[in-house]
Amino acid sequence: MVSTLDQLPVGSSATVSSLTFTGGKRRRMLDLGFVPGAAVSALQASPWGDPVAYGVSGAVIALRREDAARIAISGK
Amino acid sequence: MTDRTYTIALAGNPNVGKSTLFNALTHLHQHTGNWPGKTVATARGCFTYRGEQYTLVDLPGTYSLRADSPEEEIARDFIQSGAADVTLVVADATCLERNLNLVLQIMDSTHPVVLCVNLLDEARKKGMIVDLTALQDALGVPVVGAAVRGGEGLDNLRETLRQAVLHPLPPPQRPIPEPDGTCQLPEQREDARTAALTAHARSLAALAIRVPEQADRRDRRLDRLLTSRATGIPAMLLLLGLVFWLTIAGANVPSELLSDLLLGFQEPLRALLDFLPLSVQSALVDGVYRTAAWVVSVMLPPMAIFFPLFTLLEDAGYLPRVAFNLDHAFRRAGAHGRQSLTMCMGLGCNACGVMGCRIIDSPRERLIAILTNSFVPCNGRFPTLIALLTMFFVTGSGLAASLTSAALLLGTIVLAVGMTLAVSKLLSHTVLKGAPSAFSLELPPYRMPQVGKVLLRSLLDRTVFVLGRAVSVAAPAGLLIWLLGNITVNGAPLLTACAAFLDPLGSLMGLDGMILLAFLLGFPANEIVVPVLLMGYLATGTLTGYTGLTELKILLIQNGWTMETALCATIFMLFHFPCGTTTVTIYRETGSLKWTLLAVLLPTLAGMALCIGIHLAVICFF
Repeated sequence: MVSTLDQLPVGSSATVSSLTFTGGKRRRMLDLGFVPGAAVSALQASPWGDPVAYGVSGAVIALRREDAARIAISGK
Repeated sequence: MTDRTYTIALAGNPNVGKSTLFNALTHLHQHTGNWPGKTVATARGCFTYRGEQYTLVDLPGTYSLRADSPEEEIARDFIQSGAADVTLVVADATCLERNLNLVLQIMDSTHPVVLCVNLLDEARKKGMIVDLTALQDALGVPVVGAAVRGGEGLDNLRETLRQAVLHPLPPPQRPIPEPDGTCQLPEQREDARTAALTAHARSLAALAIRVPEQADRRDRRLDRLLTSRATGIPAMLLLLGLVFWLTIAGANVPSELLSDLLLGFQEPLRALLDFLPLSVQSALVDGVYRTAAWVVSVMLPPMAIFFPLFTLLEDAGYLPRVAFNLDHAFRRAGAHGRQSLTMCMGLGCNACGVMGCRIIDSPRERLIAILTNSFVPCNGRFPTLIALLTMFFVTGSGLAASLTSAALLLGTIVLAVGMTLAVSKLLSHTVLKGAPSAFSLELPPYRMPQVGKVLLRSLLDRTVFVLGRAVSVAAPAGLLIWLLGNITVNGAPLLTACAAFLDPLGSLMGLDGMILLAFLLGFPANEIVVPVLLMGYLATGTLTGYTGLTELKILLIQNGWTMETALCATIFMLFHFPCGTTTVTIYRETGSLKWTLLAVLLPTLAGMALCIGIHLAVICFF
């Protein structure tokens, strides 16, 4: 099952497969741990449902929906 | 023993306790806070250990050395310049895997490196088991465990640093494995390289730390309470309301005591100055001393209570949750998600808030954040807001009254946040057009703040700060207002003439000329607006012997104040030109007179428009 991170329901986990960012934003996401092969889980939605907090490489990172949509994931 | 000074670069991810370590080693007092991006510039400090001199350079927190942001560029350039004799990397034990990424990158570009695994106390609380010997063996650089806030590991760290500069170990082998050469596109290469780095960091973390299944259960539970759809916003309002209530209820008694005490010195002081001419005596006692005493007694208690409470929330890690809760609204206003952080800093001090806007790397969104920072009232405006609200909109006393005051103050903050969003939206649709940039926000683990230390530290800080302002700003302003009130031109005091000149505009805004004059004279510091106003009314009146708010209210009513005046004064207190310090900071941060002028005009015009609106509405409907 292939999807994007913004589709991941809160409480479930998946594996990062690729990023569609370029340049600086891409490097920033890689630095934060959104690396192909990394496990990621959707932990908590904010009061309005966007952004969502994700657990990745031991840290909690909140992303806005349009940014999460640029991270492809595969279900496990 | 040598005469040379060794330089230690202090690097690490954001929010791992670098500034706390910096303060612990150098005995300086850099402000620390539990949210990423606190340190926006490099700080330097010195310490001596066993005869050697060390200079510690606190670099901004970074996730990598790839230099995508100004902070990262500063950190990378310093580390790669070779200016440091040793690079001390601080890592968060509770998030070791991500932290090791940076450690490996730094080891790849400089030598020698010492790793300090900090926050061991937090890791232990979560039931994590940390094996630093295994990590040290695998990395090939010295690793020291620490819980800096509790003072744990500092001696060991000093000794390890000393050994590292005096007897450096040979550099370890290249820590980052090169990926195989099958990737063609630059982005594939970058992914492969990052994946290799991350995989290496992951295997190292697996060696060094055992994380129990539910290590962060407490944090997730708190997050559910503090950020979920059902409870996030109510919890935020409740917490802020509680802080306000504690401030209001707690400040009452010390305010009265201070005011009794300080104003009690007035007559002895006058007697002491007996040898001076009567007018000089009066200028010093009724002008300089009284204004300064007023600022201290009315401003100090609320500020000394609010600021430490705010710092506690900050230390506990709540501020990033506020940003998380409010991000949706900021995104819709075309603003950066981190603007809610700088806005929160503005609640403490607008000048700090403006400086904090450096954490926003997109120039457009940073300008929006700077231009709108003064729309939230700073700590220096709270006491005046509390006084105005309590005097005119709250009846009775006791618990119900202080709760009502707190609720009203909360209401003004909600209004201030609403205005911030509205003006941000206006800016991003007019002079600062553009789409919001990509944004990520780290939600750091909650940490138990060191309550006693924070309270004492910020209490002392605030006291020194307010006393300093009282002497440097309130006292001269007191003299000026006394002179204006006692120098007569054509038979009338200069003060009356100035106030009369401003009166038409003041009346249109539901205020009067004296109030506007007090705001203008309060430009150096918002704290003195009410004392100046008081002196202004008193310069032409005769009332003496007032101490509390009740007497102040009587004086204001004698000078024509109504509910409308109080409402308009509250609104104008919320929205008017930033204070002198903030204005200078805005100029320094933007480097542009045009943007500084706009930052001054925006809140002023907004406040004037609201006041005029209220005044016209009152005329029409009452």
